[in-house]
Amino acid sequence: MMNDHLLSLVLFTPLAGLLVLLFIPSRQKELIKVWANLAGFAGFLISLPLVSRFDKGASGFQFVERANWIPSLGAQYLIGIDGISLLLIMLTTVMGFIAILSSWNAIQDRLKEYYCMFLLLQVGMLGVFMSLDFFLFYVFWELVLVPMYFIIAVWGGPRKLYAAIKFFLYTLAGSVLMLLGILTLYFQYASQFGKYTFEISELMKLSLPLGLQEWVFWAFFLGFAIKVPMFPFHTWLPDAHVEAPTAGSVILAGVLLKMGTYGFIRFSLPLLPKASMDQTIVQILAVLSIIGIIYGALVSLMQKDWKKLVAYSSVSHLGFCTLGIFAMNPNGLAGSVMQQVNHGISTGMLFLIIGVIYERRHTREIAEYGGLAHVMPKYAVVFAIAMLSSAGLPLLNGFVGEFTILQGAFEANRAWAAFAVSGVIFGAAYLLWLYQRTMLGQITNGKNLHLHDLSLREIVVFLPLIAWAVWIGVYPKPYFDILEKPVQQIVERVRPGYYEGGAQAATRPGTGVNGQ
Amino acid sequence: MNPFYTAADHFVLVPAVMLALFGCAILLFDFLVFPDPRQRKYLLFFLLLGEGFAGYGLWQQHADLANGARDAFHGSLVMDGFSIFFNWIFIAATVIVAIVSYKYLEIEGEHHAEYYSLLMFAQCGMFFLASGTDLVTLFIGLELMALSFYVMVGFLRTSKRSNEAAMKYLLLGAFSSGFLAYGFSVMYGISGSTKLTDVAAAIGARGPFDPLVLLALATTSVGLLFKISAAPFHMWAPDAYEGAPTTVTAYLSVASKAASIAFLLRIFLGPLASARDAWEPILSFIAVATMTVGNLAAITQSNIKRLLAYSSISHAGYMMLGLIAGNATGIKGVAVYVLVYTFMNLGAFLVLVALRRKGIIGEDMDDIAGLVHKSPGYALLMLLFLLSLAGIPPTAGFLGKYYIFLSLIETHHYTLAVIATLYVAVAIYYYFRIVRSMFTRDLTEQAPLSTSFGLRVALAATGVLTLGIGLYPEPFLRLAETSLLH
Repeated sequence: MMNDHLLSLVLFTPLAGLLVLLFIPSRQKELIKVWANLAGFAGFLISLPLVSRFDKGASGFQFVERANWIPSLGAQYLIGIDGISLLLIMLTTVMGFIAILSSWNAIQDRLKEYYCMFLLLQVGMLGVFMSLDFFLFYVFWELVLVPMYFIIAVWGGPRKLYAAIKFFLYTLAGSVLMLLGILTLYFQYASQFGKYTFEISELMKLSLPLGLQEWVFWAFFLGFAIKVPMFPFHTWLPDAHVEAPTAGSVILAGVLLKMGTYGFIRFSLPLLPKASMDQTIVQILAVLSIIGIIYGALVSLMQKDWKKLVAYSSVSHLGFCTLGIFAMNPNGLAGSVMQQVNHGISTGMLFLIIGVIYERRHTREIAEYGGLAHVMPKYAVVFAIAMLSSAGLPLLNGFVGEFTILQGAFEANRAWAAFAVSGVIFGAAYLLWLYQRTMLGQITNGKNLHLHDLSLREIVVFLPLIAWAVWIGVYPKPYFDILEKPVQQIVERVRPGYYEGGAQAATRPGTGVNGQ
Repeated sequence: MNPFYTAADHFVLVPAVMLALFGCAILLFDFLVFPDPRQRKYLLFFLLLGEGFAGYGLWQQHADLANGARDAFHGSLVMDGFSIFFNWIFIAATVIVAIVSYKYLEIEGEHHAEYYSLLMFAQCGMFFLASGTDLVTLFIGLELMALSFYVMVGFLRTSKRSNEAAMKYLLLGAFSSGFLAYGFSVMYGISGSTKLTDVAAAIGARGPFDPLVLLALATTSVGLLFKISAAPFHMWAPDAYEGAPTTVTAYLSVASKAASIAFLLRIFLGPLASARDAWEPILSFIAVATMTVGNLAAITQSNIKRLLAYSSISHAGYMMLGLIAGNATGIKGVAVYVLVYTFMNLGAFLVLVALRRKGIIGEDMDDIAGLVHKSPGYALLMLLFLLSLAGIPPTAGFLGKYYIFLSLIETHHYTLAVIATLYVAVAIYYYFRIVRSMFTRDLTEQAPLSTSFGLRVALAATGVLTLGIGLYPEPFLRLAETSLLH
């Protein structure tokens, strides 16, 4: 049965591509590029059956594969997905392929190493979203750091070394503390049940006192919040984004950051329900999220560097994702996952757009541009779509996520929603202003007069993302259907009796969007 | 009356006998059969033969382990899982160091047969450190190892650095041995016996805060902590490591440290076990100080050997944490840590061995710059070893740290656990200075690496083990499980 090993196949396709790539001589630049793109595309194709065979009515995990890995530790090779992981895995395979494709001209030296790093990164990210065993999860979680370090440190901008090591140290410091949290759960399980295991569903059987849960929660929090990044742990992000090569930024913003939010949803909430519902903790996290939303947006308004602006906008958008999580209701959670996918699509596009212009002009100063729409009309259209999708215009994807999150936030606490809404307004402001300064008006800088418009390859890079953005924006129902079951499980786990209460009108997530 | 040397005694002692005999044989054969210096590398076969016999003896002991531990020489030596486990490590380390040395020593112009003998004599001393259960046996084992090392560190007779390192190591080492001997004499005074079990009983009867027990504890600890290069007794390590021939540095940092850790465990879990209340706070403090000194000093080093010396100091701190936790996980953690540390640290030094070429010392950050352009395989292996040293999964080094952290959590040493984990991030910073130099800088010179068949074999072995133990650690964890001291 192919179904039995479908997930492993998805997980290891990039690795197989990498192993073959190792044997291609470095001089064969064209062959390396073609092979890497094929591997990326194969990774996407092979993940498609996941969608068609996914049973959205079923609860629990699907495509589960289990094998003993380290019996002495109780660590297993245990992978499986639910609706949340399915969406993020699809995001990973799509963005991975697009990032590789977008590097065709941008990366000129040390191609082989570059594509090897990308494929390795892909394995790590997919593994994170699939693992149902905490040990396995941690291995993949750390595995991601090394290729990303190299992508920034070798192919990055002028301050690449600083940015790369900062990224590495920040996230590593968070994740080793998270490891202590994992080990605490592992040890507590062993002392309650007499056997050692890292299996998530087993660890969920633990009943821990609130105090201990809170400690573990904060340990997890540091690991995940630095990755997201939540305010005030966000300072590595602008550096890493600005210095990373375009494709690195796309993957970093598009997928890597979601590892943090995914961690909250998959681990913090279900494993530590008491701590997650503790009012102090929820308040702190919601306030940090709102600060992130507003602070990120305000800082974006001030940026003179195009890429830095988009980087800070990520802080703002990820603030919505974490706010949705800690609203702790179906709308908030489903909206959060939607927003994670949307942010991947729209910010991925924005970074690609910056990459396109950077390849032509080698500067990211906003002041250097202006009136580009006259010479690059196709480019201006694509940028407009990406910008509007990021700003949350209805009928594009960003709206669906933000709206649902705000619904969830409103249900949890009206003040949160009120503050968060201001982030939407600021978001529209900095994005529209950016568009105005770069695309509209007259061409003031002579260097911009003879820029050539998007090539066919570049359009091919953007098309799937635009299509996806429109699809989610116009007809998000399939996505919310996929998310309904897993979200319900998490809410029931954290707030037992939530669905019986009946007080909440909108129990089906996403029903407020597009009048469904 | 008991016979003096029985078959049972021989069974326990046989690895040491083989090491000593073949060590002497190498000296004789050098004199009689291979007068030409260029033939000296053939002496390596004698070493391998000796290690083979020692390994065979050890293998038989391993197979016999199911029948329980065995005493020998009226309780002076013991053959248990612990001694066998550590002796496997010593054999692996010695063989790896021996097979990479000939090319290096030829470049240095100091290729002498004594080198191989000294390796085996040092290993013989290590055998007694891991197997001894008698104060005198242990002390002799320690001195046999240390004396061999004093000579090996100063093996480059014409090099000032090497001589200085040897002198420093000798003086400080002798000083610390004096402390240790004094501590042992107090233990003997307390118990009237040199057997560890008798000493343990006597100390247990007196309680942990008895003045004499504290005196024995303090003096013994100074000697032991010096050997594992724990702060504040670590001063010799960076100088000795930097000045010694790189192959000896590798051996010193790995095998000598493993043996000293085995010795430390024998003493602290044996005679001093009942005084845990007295030593646990002190050792906790020393462990933190060791990690702090090692990690912070490593940050600013530009000589890679020196950087690895400081990093090995910090690793000693991690190993001590397992002892401080003191439960089964912690002790197993120390065993696993020593095992993985052996391969990853040896591997890192082997890359430095390859960097030493005629006329190029090859120890500086600049010397390794752009290595990936010249020898991508070596650069990738170095990356693997450094990641493992830092403890990033899925490399072997992660497992060592994993057990240490887990044992600290199990025994509620949360503060120590947080400090130990955060130092991982510090360690990454300085290890990645090497990585940065290898992968992002341009070449400073074009001279190819000095590689040899032995070096390639050794690098392949350490590389495969460092990654292999990380990906599939099960058999190695089982092996470490057998080493638990009961």
